[in-house]
Amino acid sequence: MADGSKMIEVRNVIAGYGNRIILHGVSLDVRAGETMVILGGSGSGKSTLLRHIVGLERPRSGQILVKGVDIAKCSRRELNEVRKAMGVSFQGSALFNSMTVGDNVALPLREHTSLAESTIRLMTRIKLEQVGLAPCENYYPSQLSGGMKKRAAVARALAMDPEILLFDEPSAGLDPIIAAGIDELILELKRAFTQMSIVVVTHELASAFLIADRVAVVDKGRIIAIGRMEEIRSSSNPRVRQFLDRVPDPVSADQEAFLERLIE
Amino acid sequence: MTLTQIGHSTIETVEYVGGLTIQFGRGVAAVFRLNPFRGSRLRWHTTIRQMAVVGVEALPVVCLISGFVGLIMALQGAYELKKFGALQYVVSLVGVSITRELGPLMTAIIIIGRSGSAFAAEIGTMTVTEEVDALRTMALEPVDFLLVPKLVAMMVMMPCLVIAADTAGILGGAVFTYASLGMSLRNYLSITSEVLLLRDIITGLIKSLAFGMIIVQVGCFEGFHVRGGPEGVGRATTKAVVQSIFLVIIADLLFTAFFYLFWS
Repeated sequence: MADGSKMIEVRNVIAGYGNRIILHGVSLDVRAGETMVILGGSGSGKSTLLRHIVGLERPRSGQILVKGVDIAKCSRRELNEVRKAMGVSFQGSALFNSMTVGDNVALPLREHTSLAESTIRLMTRIKLEQVGLAPCENYYPSQLSGGMKKRAAVARALAMDPEILLFDEPSAGLDPIIAAGIDELILELKRAFTQMSIVVVTHELASAFLIADRVAVVDKGRIIAIGRMEEIRSSSNPRVRQFLDRVPDPVSADQEAFLERLIE
Repeated sequence: MTLTQIGHSTIETVEYVGGLTIQFGRGVAAVFRLNPFRGSRLRWHTTIRQMAVVGVEALPVVCLISGFVGLIMALQGAYELKKFGALQYVVSLVGVSITRELGPLMTAIIIIGRSGSAFAAEIGTMTVTEEVDALRTMALEPVDFLLVPKLVAMMVMMPCLVIAADTAGILGGAVFTYASLGMSLRNYLSITSEVLLLRDIITGLIKSLAFGMIIVQVGCFEGFHVRGGPEGVGRATTKAVVQSIFLVIIADLLFTAFFYLFWS
C-alpha cells in the first residue's frame, strides 16, 4: 500500500505560543498512501503539531517538509501551492455558514480552477456522494447535524483531489454510532484513494487502532512511541501503557510544591 | 512594575499599528488582483452584496440622521447669528458645515456602528470557528477573500452615502429657514448653490474615502485577531467601534488641517 516515498517529514520541530513551548523537538514521517494517526491526550500538543503541518503556524526551529518543500521557511506563494495538495477537515468542521453545503465544496474549485460551472457542479456532487451527503447539496451548514457537518467538511477537503488528507479530531463531539460512521468513511477513503496519505489527530483509541497504518503517540510535546498498531499495543513505555489502559494521572503528592503554588 | 507595564503597552501599540499597516498594504494590493473575469467571480458577487448591505441598506438612517443634524446646525447657528441680524447666513453655515464636515463625519459614525462592528463580529466568529484557518488551508488568503469585497464595496458606497447625507443635511437646514424666515425651498437652494464651492463637496468626499478605508481595515483587523471564543468576539466588536471612531477623528483632523493649509 505505502510506496515508501515521504509526503510529510517533520524534523526536530520546536514550537510554542508566547513563552510556552508546546512541541519539544518532534520528528515524524508520513509516507505516500499511508494512514498515520497522531494519538495523544488533551494538551499533549497533537493539534499544535497538525497546525504546523498545514502551515497555520510556523515553528521556532526545525523543518517541516511537505512534498519536499520546507513550509517552515518557504514564501506564502510556495506555501499556498503546497496547500492545494492538502485537504483539511477541522474539528468543528469550519464550514462557511453563509454558503450552502454544495457551495462550500465547490469553493476551492471555483477559486483555484477555471473549470466550467457545470463541471464544478458535477464534481461537487461526486464528492458529496463519496461522503454520503448527496441529498444535502442545497442545505446550509446550520441545517445539518454534527455528523453530517463533519462529512461535508471531508467532502470539501476532498474537493481538490488532495494528496494528503488531514483530520483534526474527526469524532470529537459525536455519539459513538456517528463516530463509527466517520471511521468507516475514513476507511472507505483509504480504500478508494490508495495513493493518498491520511493524517488523523485524535484521542480516540478505538478509532486509532481501526484506521491507522502507523500510530504516533504524543505526550507533553514529545513523540514517545511510533510504529504499527501491534508495536504500540505491546509497548512497554509507561506513559503509553497509561494511555492505552486509561489510567488517570496520580494526584500530586508533592505537598511543598502545592503550598508554593498556593502562596505564589 | 510600572516600567514593565509601560513597556508592554508600548509594544502592544507598536504591534497594533504595525499589524494594521501590514493588513492595509495587503488589502490594497489585493484589490488590484481582483479580476472580475477570471477566478474571482464569487468575490464580485460578494462585493455587490456587500454594497447593498453597507450602502443601500444604510441609506435611510444616514439620510434621517443627516437631515436632523442639518436642522440642528441651523438652529444652533441661528441662536448666534440672530444677535447680529444675520439670520440669512444660516443657509451658508449649514451648507458649508454639512458638506465639509458633518456629512462625512456623521456618515462615518453611522457606518462604524452599522458595518464596522458587523465586520469585526462576522470575521471574529469565523476566526473562532476555524473558518479563517480553513480558508488558509484551502490556499485562499483571508484578506483577499474576506476584506477585499468589503473594502471595494465601502470605497464605492461611502462617497455615495456622503452625497446623500449632504443633500439630506442641506434639506434639514431648509426646514428651519422655511419655518423661521419663510424662505422658499427654491430660494434656499439657489443661495446654497451660490455659496457652496465644488471644493467643499470634494474635500468631504475625499475624507469619506479615508474614513471608509479605516472602518474596513480596523473592523476586519479586530475580527482576524480575536482570541478566546465568543467573549473575544464581543470584545473585538467593541474595540473595532472605539478604535474606528478614534482613527476617523484623527484622520478628519489631519485632512481638515491639510485642506485648510493647502487648499483654501
